[in-house]
Amino acid sequence: MSEQSLNVRFFARLREELGTEHLTMPAPAGQTAADLLATLAKRGGPWAQLNTGQPVMIAINQAMAKPQSAVSAGDEVAFFPPVTGG
Amino acid sequence: MPKNSSACSKAVPSVSIQNMDFDAAQEYAQLRDSGAGTGAIATFTGLVRDSGDRQDVTGLFLEHYPGMTEQVISDLIVQAAQRWDVRKARVIHRIGRLPLQSQIVFVGVCSAHRGDAFAACEFIMDALKTSAPFWKKELTDAGEHWVEQKASDVARTEGW
Repeated sequence: MSEQSLNVRFFARLREELGTEHLTMPAPAGQTAADLLATLAKRGGPWAQLNTGQPVMIAINQAMAKPQSAVSAGDEVAFFPPVTGG
Repeated sequence: MPKNSSACSKAVPSVSIQNMDFDAAQEYAQLRDSGAGTGAIATFTGLVRDSGDRQDVTGLFLEHYPGMTEQVISDLIVQAAQRWDVRKARVIHRIGRLPLQSQIVFVGVCSAHRGDAFAACEFIMDALKTSAPFWKKELTDAGEHWVEQKASDVARTEGW
């Protein structure tokens, strides 16, 4: 993992619909999880769903986080649908 | 083996995420071996049933976030032990493809008294459903679909 990038992971329905399990994205200073979602949504097609208010859960370094949480270089940021275990 | 209750209320979380089935009798036997202060054991086992978001479900597929899942469930056990007397706790959750009537999840809690055992077991199970990163897909003869999170499950967790 380079100093200027972060690792993005997708799970379940999002992973299938985006056709993507892992991505490496730039990590500019001051970026939040919501900023990262907005950047990804600009890819269009199925990615647009990331910015439509549909619930997307966020984890940063494997701990639950909020849209306004900061994401930094080297972080593992995961986006996934509401969980349905048990 | 610790002899005073404060020492053994710090339950060490024991969490397994696995493809393979589990033996509930063996898990119960291990829970029983939790010291003479244990007066109650509550266990819950979840099974794959034939109806969910849709009818005619023939099985489930379960995906998880390795690493985070174990951590979230361990944290739930620690939270339970802070609220109730928990001498030992065990959680097993299966992943992968599971046919009808398969065991999916096991939660077992040892306490001094039944109230703590029931409450801690139910809390861990409710909170697991809405915070541990697992996703279920229902399989039917007509295809498969991801299960939607239920507002009633979220409400149950918020009730704790």
